[in-house]
Amino acid sequence: MTGFINKKMKDIIDNYAADFTELQSIRKNDWFSKHRKSAFNFFKESGFPNTKNEDWKYTDTKPITKNVFSNISNTNIVARDNEVNEIIFKDLECINLVFINGAYSEEYSDIKNISDKVIIKNMANALVNDENLLKEHLTQHIDQDSSSFTALNTAFIQDGIYINIPKDIDIERPININYISMDGSNAFATHPRNLILMGENSNATIIENYVGNGDSNYFTNSVTETFLSQGAMLKHYKIQQESFNAFHIGSLNTSLSKDSRFESHSVSIGGALVRNNINANLNGEGAEIIMNGLYMTDNAQHVDNHTHVNHLKPHTHSHQNYRGVLNGKSRGVFNGKVVVHPKAQKIEAYQNNANLLLSDDSEIDTKPELEIYADDVKCTHGATVGQLDDDMLFYLRSRAVDEQTARSLLTYAFADEVLNEINFKEIKNKLEQLVISRLPDSSLIREYV
Amino acid sequence: MSTNTENFEKLVKKEYEHGFVTDIDADTIPPGLSEEIITFISNKKEEPQWLLDWRLKAYRQWLKMKDPTWAKLDIEHIDYQAISYYSAPKSKEDAPKSLDEVDPKLLETYQKLGIPLDEQKMLSGVAVDAVFDSVSVATTFKQKLADAGVIFCSFSEAVKEHPDLVKQYLGSVVPAADNFFAALNSAVFTDGSFCYIPKGVRCPMELSTYFRINASNTGQFERTLIIADEESHVSYLEGCTAPMRDENQLHAAVVELVALKDAEIKYSTVQNWYPGDENGVGGIYNFVTKRGDCRGDNSKISWTQVETGSAITWKYPSCLLKGNNSIGEFYSVAVTNNYQQADTGTKMIHIGNNTSSTIISKGISARHAQNVYRGLVKISKNANGARNYSQCDSLLMGDQCGAHTFPYIETKNSNAKVEHEATTSKISDDQLFYCLQRGIAEEDAINMIVNGFCKEVFKELPMEFAVEAQKLLGVTLEGAVG
Repeated sequence: MTGFINKKMKDIIDNYAADFTELQSIRKNDWFSKHRKSAFNFFKESGFPNTKNEDWKYTDTKPITKNVFSNISNTNIVARDNEVNEIIFKDLECINLVFINGAYSEEYSDIKNISDKVIIKNMANALVNDENLLKEHLTQHIDQDSSSFTALNTAFIQDGIYINIPKDIDIERPININYISMDGSNAFATHPRNLILMGENSNATIIENYVGNGDSNYFTNSVTETFLSQGAMLKHYKIQQESFNAFHIGSLNTSLSKDSRFESHSVSIGGALVRNNINANLNGEGAEIIMNGLYMTDNAQHVDNHTHVNHLKPHTHSHQNYRGVLNGKSRGVFNGKVVVHPKAQKIEAYQNNANLLLSDDSEIDTKPELEIYADDVKCTHGATVGQLDDDMLFYLRSRAVDEQTARSLLTYAFADEVLNEINFKEIKNKLEQLVISRLPDSSLIREYV
Repeated sequence: MSTNTENFEKLVKKEYEHGFVTDIDADTIPPGLSEEIITFISNKKEEPQWLLDWRLKAYRQWLKMKDPTWAKLDIEHIDYQAISYYSAPKSKEDAPKSLDEVDPKLLETYQKLGIPLDEQKMLSGVAVDAVFDSVSVATTFKQKLADAGVIFCSFSEAVKEHPDLVKQYLGSVVPAADNFFAALNSAVFTDGSFCYIPKGVRCPMELSTYFRINASNTGQFERTLIIADEESHVSYLEGCTAPMRDENQLHAAVVELVALKDAEIKYSTVQNWYPGDENGVGGIYNFVTKRGDCRGDNSKISWTQVETGSAITWKYPSCLLKGNNSIGEFYSVAVTNNYQQADTGTKMIHIGNNTSSTIISKGISARHAQNVYRGLVKISKNANGARNYSQCDSLLMGDQCGAHTFPYIETKNSNAKVEHEATTSKISDDQLFYCLQRGIAEEDAINMIVNGFCKEVFKELPMEFAVEAQKLLGVTLEGAVG
């Protein structure tokens, strides 16, 4: 139970129920119908979480529930070429997948020249044609009861991406998934669902890019499930640059088998109200997860990052580093949770959250948690909130860098520490440009960086 | 208790040296809680009407509240109607003026505890306001304190002698309906300590109260109120032991501290109540609300606690840093063994400018115990130049126990500097090996390492307490590793 159902909440749920009935009638009785139904029932019972729920203590979902969204994807939205071209990587050869307002766009996507063994297709297609494999994995790597948003996504799965990389395959080109939200005639919600299966010793890089234009009003509720078999390696990038009026709830769920390694890099700069969840289960010895995150907010933005790592087996490692730069009246939230389960010995877990408050009206709420039920562990966490160092500012100014520029430079250096963990040069460069463009007085520092 | 009490007592005596029940007739009322009971307690204590009204108001609020369930504690349902809310030693009608008049059985109890009043009088120079069950029975050094202008007496006495002070400050830090347990305490508190340090006075000695729970089935609800007027200074010690008992006992105390301009209060606690046996049967339930209010500029409140006892500890000594340049400190060692559970920590609420706070918390968990640090550091919007440093370390002994850290940091001011760090680990094999190969027995080595781990907190304790605390730590963790 994540919420409390009162009259008001019931009205809100009824809006979704109408769309749900419509969707069920379109999809008739496909194999997934019963999953959709049970997920929707869960959502109906729990409603949207309120701030009395410990997991949502600092993030009020009212701005989302106040809106009425249309949940059925409109497949007829046409994008303009220049808009799409601007979004996808120019100087990096990728396997590009493009979704416009939640629906797959064959026109802009490019899945040519990939090995026959690898499956990359859109979810709408996979739901019809890959029933057997999906049955085994879809909804199996999420904690069913974890969140009503995840349940809502499951109930409204229409499109997304399905990737299956078999044993020993190494895909060098990054798979770049772009979710583009265009101005619609009315406010809409999309529920992208991604399933990524990594075979033994396979290797891939995946980018999830959420983009919205201007100030359009919509709600993205995405869920990604990944499963890593023994020895698999996945680098996952999430770039969240939704429109400044958009709501974004994204959850990334991953199960790691023995000796597998998952790298997550998340950059969150857009959206009015944003929540990024990462849930990781380290199910095999030698599994390792790295989570890096950067959130930069301004004006009245609200960005909430939640990570939850379950160390279920001995010799598993987790490493988290999240940094926030907060300006204007914005609010940042970080909640990291590391749980070491009984008998999971020889664990190393590291968690760090550093925050820079640039304005007096900004707010940060941080809560790095440790829950430990085994004794042979090395777990540390740290959290800091502070300002730019006066000594560093003085140093720069004594070398004839004016104050504005010095501040901007130091802020950039603070944020760049997260980006420095990215090994993929092209992705790193692009993200650096993105970060610079969001800095106050960014024009001043272009000559330095 | 059943007929095999004797056998049971024999069995457990070895493990808990302070476990015994002194056979004194207690003037106990039947279990249950109602407005009549509260009125009875109030009348029995000859309280003024305003205090009774205050109690009843708290009770009515309490009826609307639910037990808090957010703490990481596994608590059996508590039947608040099955508890007797008042008990006083029989000899209270003609209260003793000196030790000679004290019930010899009581004195014997203190002898067993190793803290005989007369000895303490001579040796430590500590004034002791000993609470035996719910009524204060002996107060020492009152005269010396009175000369300095310090008021140090039992709460009921303060209500009679200094009603204005009590009325002004009671509930001003912890409001009657602050939380479930504070409301319960406000409704039924029977006694406690009251302390007022006048302007410009440095209290000539360390003040101390020893609490003791004795009569079976009586919850103990103390109320402590300490007021440090401008430019004054006081150090207050609180320490407790309890007899062996097979039933869970409820304990819900409230401590309020008020520090006015330039005043300083140092509050130290050693808590060693019965933790239950090694199967987790029995033990005290300890739900305490402690809060200090740095009301004046440049004031300082420092909490130091050593928590080794109780089956369940729910305790968050906090500081409200209202005055400019005020300082809040929290030093804690919490040790849990067997099936003990502790959910403890602090709240530092920064309101004034240039306020600073320090949190040092050391948690030790052994066998099946669960130890939680839960803390809040809140920097409000107008608290310019606020500074906080928190460090929470946990030590695990044995693979069945748990150590958890839940720090909350809420910052609304861009001048604030907040740092939090925490580590969790076990005693390193290298450290242990180093000691062993130098001929130090394993148990001694562990004792040494654990004491080293807690040193930062122990050094904040007054001398007498520091020694006691180290001993306690050794006793609590006896045989935890092996």
